Amino acid sequence: MKGLTLILVFLISVRILSAQDCEQSLTGRVIDFHDGVPLEGATITFNNQMIVTDSNGNYTIDGLCALSYAFTVSHEDCNSQVFTLDIAKVSTKNFYLEHHLNELQEVKITGKDRTETSSAQEATLDQNTIEKYSSATLGDALKEIPGVSSLNTGSTIVKPIIQGLSGSRVLIMNNNVRMQDMEWGDEHAPNIDINTAGSITVVKGASALQYGGDAIGGIIIMKPNRVPAKDTLFGKTTFSAMSNGRGTATTTRIAKGYENGWYLRGQGSLKLLGDFEAPDYVLSNTGVYEKGASFAFGIHKFEYGLDAFYSFYDTEIAVLSASHIGNPDGLIAAINTGQPRIIRDFTYEISNPKQEVTHHLGTIKYYKRFEELGKWTTQYDFQHNQRFEFDIRRTEERSRRPSIDLELTTHTFTSEFEFDAKPNYSLKTGVLLRYQDNFADALETGARRLIPDYDRYEMGAFFTGEFTINESLLLDAGIRYDYTYIDAKKFYLQSRWDERGYENDFADIVIDREVTGSQLLTNPIFDYHNISSTIGVQYSFKKHYQLRANYALAQRAPNPAELFSDGLHHSAARIEIGNIRFDSEVSHKLSISLQKNNEQWGWEISPYANFIEDFIILEPTGDLTTIRGSFPVWEYRQTDAYLLGIDARMYANWSKYWQTDHNFSLVKGKENDSNVPLINMPAPNVTNKLTFLCKDWFNFQASLESRYTFRQNEFPPNIFVFSQNAGEEVELEINTPPDAYHLLNFDTSMLFKVNKKNDLNIGLTINNVLNTRYRNYLNRLRYFADELGRNILLRISINY
Amino acid sequence: MMNLSKFLTVFLIGALFLTSCSDDDDDPNPANDPEVITTMTVTLINPTDANNVVTLNFLDPDGDIGSTSPTSNVEGELRTNTTYNGSIVLLNTTENPVERVNEEIEGEADEHQFFYLTSDLGITTAYTDQECDYNEEPCEGTNARPVGITFTLTTTDATGTGDLRVLLLHELDKDAEGVAGGNDTNAGGEADIDWTFENIVVQ
Repeated sequence: MKGLTLILVFLISVRILSAQDCEQSLTGRVIDFHDGVPLEGATITFNNQMIVTDSNGNYTIDGLCALSYAFTVSHEDCNSQVFTLDIAKVSTKNFYLEHHLNELQEVKITGKDRTETSSAQEATLDQNTIEKYSSATLGDALKEIPGVSSLNTGSTIVKPIIQGLSGSRVLIMNNNVRMQDMEWGDEHAPNIDINTAGSITVVKGASALQYGGDAIGGIIIMKPNRVPAKDTLFGKTTFSAMSNGRGTATTTRIAKGYENGWYLRGQGSLKLLGDFEAPDYVLSNTGVYEKGASFAFGIHKFEYGLDAFYSFYDTEIAVLSASHIGNPDGLIAAINTGQPRIIRDFTYEISNPKQEVTHHLGTIKYYKRFEELGKWTTQYDFQHNQRFEFDIRRTEERSRRPSIDLELTTHTFTSEFEFDAKPNYSLKTGVLLRYQDNFADALETGARRLIPDYDRYEMGAFFTGEFTINESLLLDAGIRYDYTYIDAKKFYLQSRWDERGYENDFADIVIDREVTGSQLLTNPIFDYHNISSTIGVQYSFKKHYQLRANYALAQRAPNPAELFSDGLHHSAARIEIGNIRFDSEVSHKLSISLQKNNEQWGWEISPYANFIEDFIILEPTGDLTTIRGSFPVWEYRQTDAYLLGIDARMYANWSKYWQTDHNFSLVKGKENDSNVPLINMPAPNVTNKLTFLCKDWFNFQASLESRYTFRQNEFPPNIFVFSQNAGEEVELEINTPPDAYHLLNFDTSMLFKVNKKNDLNIGLTINNVLNTRYRNYLNRLRYFADELGRNILLRISINY
Repeated sequence: MMNLSKFLTVFLIGALFLTSCSDDDDDPNPANDPEVITTMTVTLINPTDANNVVTLNFLDPDGDIGSTSPTSNVEGELRTNTTYNGSIVLLNTTENPVERVNEEIEGEADEHQFFYLTSDLGITTAYTDQECDYNEEPCEGTNARPVGITFTLTTTDATGTGDLRVLLLHELDKDAEGVAGGNDTNAGGEADIDWTFENIVVQ
């Protein structure tokens, strides 16, 4: 019966068809959707016929019947598309093809490298390097880049320093979201699991204005791997085990792509490490327990797309027991004895002092392309950061309660339009709105707030452009305006209020003078108008050479710690005092990068000069007598300063098997007037690496790396404090840097193809091969203990 | 474009959430550092003469992070060849009512110990209390270790002026050598109090 119906329908169709007038024609052009350029040589196929467009993209198809046809339109640079047209209704039609689809899919782009800016100093870490640091931190991995160092608190709290600057001067973009994770504290590491990133780019300076105008140090941009728009399911698991810390780290990710552009992506990491060990002793209470997970889904079409992303990060970090001291005599004793006060047996247990931090990040992004115009992107993101710090307090009961309990919630909305249709220039403009709320739970801690409750509102707008003058000359420029408004509720001790002389200038912000315990409640409301701008040039010449030169003006509003800090930090045995009189920092940075790259060898030399007005520094200034003795006082202070430096890099492929890499970086930071060196400037360092490669032997590679760090000979003067033990003022060698040190690191790996789709990568890394005893000037716990001894890491990674 | 409207809906919800939670204009609760010790008084009483009392006063009204430096003074004079009954009282006057910090130390007597240290004029000190004075457990084993809230101070026939350093440690090793005898050398731990009273007159 069914068959009969079919035949009937067929016969009727044929009758109708044959009755049709088949003299219709269709004309039009095939055009690049992206920039409106007509496509020559595009093919249109239907019913076994093929028509090719002429040099103007024109086509004409004759002899069509008045019914629906399916035309397949193709071009060598584009994905083919099928258009169904009813010829009874349409006689002209322009077909738009997605010429730039290859850029979107980003499976692996060859040829032109896509950098964040055209003229600033930049470097990117690829997937392989990130994987090597799978069990470490973001800050550790970034040290592969010349000019990037880190400010550590122990070995697990690692804050990146870019060309001498860190903290709020370094922006971290995680999945296009600016991290808001209390970056103001020296002992606050970025709350990021490095395994979420597919690539990490460092822009050394404030030149990538679309991300923010206050990146006086630089910008770290972490991007996830994209899932190609095809039916695919792939994943990867990396497992690392290490001898030092006696722990493991595991990370797994899985991605599912669909032909229609939808994708799903998930990732999870777990890291558990016990006490680390220096060459001579256990570093008691230095373990870490870290969990991270992220989930993303979305759709990527050429014309529009939607991304939703959520990540969770939770870490519990132990802080070296010996670093917690009751008074400065403890600090003097630690510096003199050269050995930690507390050395216990190895344990996985994490006890006080410790940090517990949780970070949630959610974002939703939508983009739409407009033909012959550009791309509009708009995004909302939400972040919630909860930080607990536990100290050793006077009683056990008190120690169970956190000393610091801060909750930072941030909402950000951005909208951008990129005009990229024209071949010789592209423009980008956008706006940002941000609201942030900080809540310090003093009822929970039962302690005065180190950072007060505040609301912060930000507004920003930028305009950037990139101009192609000719094949070898590119120009980029941009301008940005940011408005910051902060509304805080801060308690001051009457005595501190008077000592700072705030009564004269800020009497109007006091809202309650009768607070218990001789305190004042104030309501500081400050706003800052900041302008930043950049201009630069990229010049490529003699085939392998490239010159980049850039000027960036950046302004940064003081952060809440710089304004409001007011309390005792036990872990450092220091009192930190902020200043509400601060203005924005203003930085003028000039940077040049000259590089040559070819198959055999290449080099890059990148000098820079950063002149900063009203640079905010935190440094020891004196001591304050208390019932426990006299504590060093660290005050924030504004001064004019300059940083001069140079980063250099060279690589050479000596033969098919041997290759070497050489890095060098140097920075000098001083105050303009006094020429006194700035505190915490990275010491010069040289890295040399010899690598042996043999692709035929399961991609075997082995490398030996030598890292030499000079002693920092330029540091601010020490301070004098009263010692109860000595009964007199003594010099506290709080700024004296430790000696130079040399480390050897070894790394080897092999790749085995298990089958067509699966491969297995096995790697072995030995850090500090010679078990060298050393201390690092940029470790805040350098007074108390040596750095880590030898660490053997085994890494197994499976692709499937 | 369907996705755009969805997105806008999500965004609007987000924006509503944003405005709703920014609307807390309540003033935060004041908090004092409850670990603050504003007042320390060491009282030395001559058991044979009720009029011979020496008081060592320490005062830091804004606590240890306040900018005003603490002050201390000595009232009265010690006599030679006398054993005084000593006691210490710690207060936090920033709290209302005033907090007696002694209670906290008594509550965790096994984690705390005072040391009264001097090398001047042959003065010696000795503990007169035990952990069991502050709990219900029997006075034996570790519960018999000293705390130092009460003590004795004995002068010799030397006259002149001397200093007395008062040290309160927590999380110390109370079983280490010499610690029970009042010597802090091997005690470890962390200082809650480390203050020296100067110019105590013995005559």
